[in-house]
Amino acid sequence: MAAVTAKTNPLGLSRDDYKGLATTLCAGCGHNSITNHIVKALYDHGVDPYRLAKMSGIGCSSKATAYFVERAHAFNAVHGRMPAVTTGAAVANRELLFLGISGDGDTASIGLGQFCHLLRRNVDCTYIVENNGVYGLTKGQFSATADPGSVQRKGTVNQLETIDIAGLAVQLGASFVARSFSGDGQQLVPLLRAALSHRGTAVLDVISPCVAFNDHEGSTKSYHYVKEHELVLHGLDFIPQQTEVAVDYAEGTSTDVELHDGSHLRLRKLGREHDPQDRLSALRVIDEGRQSAEVVTGLLYVNPAAPDLCTMENLPQSPLRDLGEAELRLTPDQFAALLREWQ
Amino acid sequence: MAEQGSVDLNLVASTVNGSGSQSANLVLTRAVFAMGIPVAPKNLFPSNIEGLPTWFYLRANSAGYRAGRRRADLLVALDRATFQADIARLEPGGVLVFEEAFGAPPVEEGRPPLHLYPVPFGRLAKESVPDPDLRKYLTNMIYVGVVAEILGIPDTALEEALTHQFRTKPKALAANREALALGRDYFRANLTKIDSLRLRPLDRTSGQLLLEGNQTAALGAIMGGCTVLAWYPITPSSSLAEHLIGLADRYRIDPESGERRIATIQAEDELAAAGMVLGAGWAGARAMTTTSGPGISLMAEFVGLGYYAEIPAVFVDIQRVGPSTGLPTRTMQGDVSFAYTLSHGDTRHPVLLPGTVLECYEFLQQAFDLAEQLQTPVFVLSDLDLGMNLWMTDPLPYPEQGFERGKVLHKAELDQMQRFERYRDVDGDGVPWRTLPGTEHPLAAYFTRGSGHDEAARYTESEETYTRVMDRLARKLETGRDRLPAPVVDGESAEVGILAYGSSHHAVVEARDILKAKGTATEYLRLRALPAAPEVADFVARHSRVYVVDQNRDGQMHQILQVELGPQLAGRLRSVRHYDGLPLFAADLVEAIQREEGTAAAASRPASVAGMAR
Repeated sequence: MAAVTAKTNPLGLSRDDYKGLATTLCAGCGHNSITNHIVKALYDHGVDPYRLAKMSGIGCSSKATAYFVERAHAFNAVHGRMPAVTTGAAVANRELLFLGISGDGDTASIGLGQFCHLLRRNVDCTYIVENNGVYGLTKGQFSATADPGSVQRKGTVNQLETIDIAGLAVQLGASFVARSFSGDGQQLVPLLRAALSHRGTAVLDVISPCVAFNDHEGSTKSYHYVKEHELVLHGLDFIPQQTEVAVDYAEGTSTDVELHDGSHLRLRKLGREHDPQDRLSALRVIDEGRQSAEVVTGLLYVNPAAPDLCTMENLPQSPLRDLGEAELRLTPDQFAALLREWQ
Repeated sequence: MAEQGSVDLNLVASTVNGSGSQSANLVLTRAVFAMGIPVAPKNLFPSNIEGLPTWFYLRANSAGYRAGRRRADLLVALDRATFQADIARLEPGGVLVFEEAFGAPPVEEGRPPLHLYPVPFGRLAKESVPDPDLRKYLTNMIYVGVVAEILGIPDTALEEALTHQFRTKPKALAANREALALGRDYFRANLTKIDSLRLRPLDRTSGQLLLEGNQTAALGAIMGGCTVLAWYPITPSSSLAEHLIGLADRYRIDPESGERRIATIQAEDELAAAGMVLGAGWAGARAMTTTSGPGISLMAEFVGLGYYAEIPAVFVDIQRVGPSTGLPTRTMQGDVSFAYTLSHGDTRHPVLLPGTVLECYEFLQQAFDLAEQLQTPVFVLSDLDLGMNLWMTDPLPYPEQGFERGKVLHKAELDQMQRFERYRDVDGDGVPWRTLPGTEHPLAAYFTRGSGHDEAARYTESEETYTRVMDRLARKLETGRDRLPAPVVDGESAEVGILAYGSSHHAVVEARDILKAKGTATEYLRLRALPAAPEVADFVARHSRVYVVDQNRDGQMHQILQVELGPQLAGRLRSVRHYDGLPLFAADLVEAIQREEGTAAAASRPASVAGMAR
């Protein structure tokens, strides 16, 4: 029998090095699938675990940061407040790679304001919303992303308009917005890798069915519903920076988006015309999907050139936290001169 | 009668907000200061951009008392809306400078007549300043000219003040100089001095600075190594953030790269500001926010997380009058109880209580050290009076010590270790070691959370573990107690003690002199931090009565100390409370203590604050 040699990524790490604690979420939960896709994306991408910072708020989704990359620091904040904590950490140390996990309650209700302002500041992070339209830990109340007409497990019909996280993000000028489905690793993994390569806030609104409270008939966030109604905008391939971009598709059948770090996301056409660097096109496909009750997935919008917060603030490349007295204090001469001025 | 050469004059100028009164008031302040006379200026301003009444109090006194006085010796009345009410602020027989168009006030039966100086401010301004926009701003400078003439402020002092105030605006300097001369010339040509107020030069301001607490706190933050400021605009704390940003623009830009060695983020609300500070503190930066009462209400949730997850952070609260929106532009020490145990569950935070602008500078620096040493949110409680008024102060010293960055493990130390547990009390002082995200070591990572956790930062609901962690957090604060600014005790042993904190200090200093002159000697302890130092118990134990001075309705510090000192000493504490939104005045304190002591004299003003050079 041949010796088993574990496969490794360019950092020499195996896929197991990207694993975390065993999940405590329900068996079959969409969030667990997303965790697996995150592990694959981080492994494929060769993310250094020591550079990774896992951020989250409160809710089932926010627990997920414990279930991957145990060797990375994690901050499980308070409900809906992960954006603020991430913003502070991001300016303190811009060498870190921030991966945030939130849920629909965390993002679209209690944390809606912070979410909006995170996008305005374009804080460099990946922001995954594990969106199931329902509050799980408190046992099944509707969230703000539930669609009108959607039926709760006990039969209550949601009459309120939905907050479309992806639509809102595009509207607010977010620099990277995608929607995907927890059951579609083929699509989600390249999107995650593109998000990791993007500089700025990359929002991934990932429909993630709740098997305990929102997977029944009448729900628009069930496995069955999403499978039936998913409208995939394009096929996706992530092409890392160091790989030569080989032309292996017939002309006109695909487009490439070059990301901030020089890697590419290749979009294979599937019939629907959509230019993800055109905000109006993004808003149109989102709204059309809403009209036709379809779940539009894929890269909705990207602006690889948008400056992130640290760039706008003109912060040094090295972490602020490492600066000492010499860099931070006025010199005795400057100090004396200032006091004379204040005299 | 005041002694020969001594001065104690209280001027009140009643103007309309947004009419350039601030410049005029500052010029007057600086001119008196330039005469070598100690000054204590205070602005009482409305929550308004323009149009509402605003009052400026300027106390000039040779003793160097920095508290204000309630009643005016000289009133400048330029606001018709408050004219009648303002006259009631005058001492009997005081001096009234007023807009002639308001008409002379009626003589009050049984009160000594006022000394009246009607001046046609409006007409003078209209005749000499054709531009109505500019006129609005110059009218107030005319009053400075009139007052200068009444009090005998020399031209040299006025010129020094003018050039200081308008040093970057030569055009405004010329216009204001003219307006000032207009008032002075009008007085000379049309009025005769009929009162006895006069300021004579002294030599008691040399080497002194006039600074605001928010300004010195901002410099303290810069010198204390703050690299992240997250804030949301709120009176009376905004000027601290703005001063800090101004200093950062000058001193934190790398001359070669242009890079900025500080992030200053205007957050979407105070809640987010607190979250940013925690995120930055967790990542290892020295981070702070500055706010006022409504802001800390919103920050309560995050402060609890900071306490339980043990994250260094500095929270500055420039207190104003609550509850709710309260009186946003008036001063109070209303957040003491709330800040001390901010957030749900059992929490307790180190609270620093600066009493002077010098301490605003020093305590801000110390707050960053304490936050990192104790790995917890640290509060600095200033107030509007201290933060937004100018105070005479000794020069600020250059820091002698480097930063104290607390217990942080880096890769090199982790290489020597078999095990790292984030919340393990390995040193027995309640303070664990931490690692920062980005540390390249397999032992470094831990999971930060506000939910129940064990020493290894793992989730747990175990009752034993929860209790153990909470007990350690209490122990950690005990470790911190010794590192907090110690109380300052003054005076020889006496039966009566006074205990005060924050901006009350200045009224206490003066009140003690008055009380002493009236035969009541006092010993004074100025509390500079919570939890209270052991000296406080000693101090209380050696007095039969200790008056605890609070600028709030409920005697918050009195309540805290009753609990902290325990039943044996609590009975010796008596509460003196001031809560009308004005700064604390010595005379009120004297009256309250005398009433309690049962020795209250007649209501007449004590001689030693009577006032003015004659």
